[in-house]
Amino acid sequence: MSILVYIEQAEGKVKKTSLEAVSFANALAGQTGEGDVVAVALGTIGAEELAAIGKAGAAKVLHGADSKLDAGVIQAHASAVAQAFNQIGAKTLVLAKSSLGDAVAARLAIKLNAGLVSNVVELPKTDGAYIVKRSIYTGKAFAETTVTTENKILAVKKNAIDLKLDGADAQVENFDVALDDADFASKITSTERATGDVLLPEADIVVSGGRGLKGPENWGMVEEMAKILGAATACSKPVSDLGWRPHHEHVGQTGVKVAPTLYIAIGISGAIQHLAGVNSSKCIVVINKDPDAPFFKAADYGIVGDAFEVVPKLNEAFKAEL
Amino acid sequence: MKILVCITHVPDTTSKIQFTADNTKFDSTGVQYIIGPYDDYALARAVELRDQASGKLTVLNVGEADSDPTLRKALAIGADEAIRVNSAPKDSYFVAQQIAHYAKEGAYDLILMGRESIDFNGGMVHGMVGELLGIPSFSPVMKLDVDGSSVKMAREIEGGKEMLEASLPLIAGCQEPIAEWKIPNMRGIMSARTKPLTVVEPVSQDTQAEASKYELPPAKGAVKLVDKDNVAELVRLLKNEAKVL
Repeated sequence: MSILVYIEQAEGKVKKTSLEAVSFANALAGQTGEGDVVAVALGTIGAEELAAIGKAGAAKVLHGADSKLDAGVIQAHASAVAQAFNQIGAKTLVLAKSSLGDAVAARLAIKLNAGLVSNVVELPKTDGAYIVKRSIYTGKAFAETTVTTENKILAVKKNAIDLKLDGADAQVENFDVALDDADFASKITSTERATGDVLLPEADIVVSGGRGLKGPENWGMVEEMAKILGAATACSKPVSDLGWRPHHEHVGQTGVKVAPTLYIAIGISGAIQHLAGVNSSKCIVVINKDPDAPFFKAADYGIVGDAFEVVPKLNEAFKAEL
Repeated sequence: MKILVCITHVPDTTSKIQFTADNTKFDSTGVQYIIGPYDDYALARAVELRDQASGKLTVLNVGEADSDPTLRKALAIGADEAIRVNSAPKDSYFVAQQIAHYAKEGAYDLILMGRESIDFNGGMVHGMVGELLGIPSFSPVMKLDVDGSSVKMAREIEGGKEMLEASLPLIAGCQEPIAEWKIPNMRGIMSARTKPLTVVEPVSQDTQAEASKYELPPAKGAVKLVDKDNVAELVRLLKNEAKVL
């Protein structure tokens, strides 16, 4: 018996959040005695990249190399993962919570008759009832969820476990996926993706700007800070509503929910809807000229000052120190 | 075109989240309930599509009688009729089964809902319903146009979006900017009183992953302020104290 992990890739590169899911599954297998961890990766991915999934804790990688699977066609990926699950006789599937992962997991819950828990924040309790802790109310609370089915699917939130990359290379096996036309009933006609940048939902550091920056022309210093720190850029809802920044950078209740190690908020007052998107961050820094900005109550560190004065100086300080 | 929009009845986004009964129940004292914000986007787009295609728009909620005002609001926004499946929404699987049953019965061409509820944030019901009905499911969808039976969509992915083509019937979990939220006008509010709201019973009681106990995150310590003329101190704190650089 093994635990199966669904690996996501973008342009042939395995996502870091998927490696976290492998580490999570590895720790879970150690706890439940479910044997080793098998990863299933779909589409065109290089042999080295596949073997390196082993470093996060997978013993074996099943590679469904069909290039039709390069794009994340939801139904096709769900069918392929279900085949892998049945082939290895798994009882548990672990995956990273993401745009594609969520969509695939939901269909698999029905295909595999598996109790599904999303936004999982730590390893489940498995002695006796199977109890999974998940984040609810957009990070404002947690729920303990009791899974009653034999098969289980856990969609793991970023930072639910520390990624360990101390394992050996995995054994890579070819995996023949039987797909039919129905799996490809929908077509992805084009993809627009910010290239070369750190992707926001996966970033360890996020630098975020709000209306206090006065206009899109002032984002240079935000981008500079992100570059120095290897961070992703983000923004508040008013900023994306005004069209200053693209929607996929909007962090908050109705936007992207992030869980970075460090979140730096510049010129954002900290409305409760924005905090809902960032409250899983490990450390929050707020820079705002208004000492009464509500964001300071949710922050670990703060600077009361004008962003146009503070940020350039802070960028110099980061450069000097890093 | 027959459109079904599934809505959740959830605490307003500014609600203080608290629990009672030894942390086993949500404390709804003083809490204002709303149509889930993502569901509100789905409903707004559905009203536009219904008007374009002169179709029929049904809203559905799995909930107890306290959901009725929320369903009436959806009727005021523009839905033609409402169905309430009379049960607390126990888990995603439970809700998906009810929706799949009534969606099949109503033979809808298009099923829309929010990408996720803002209470449990699972974002799983649309995919489960899609699989139960054997139709394609998409989420999070930020643009959706229908031309005859062909559908063009944009789905948000990490750091961007992908453009999709599919055919009806299908199901989509929606988010902004698919449409602008609609505020009910007086005519809508008046007509909502007489539009049909049918209460039906759940078709199955099966659950797979029910929440049993809740907790709040530990309280945050006070913010440590750094002088704006000494920003290097912040860098040192992040590096040596918080150890996040």
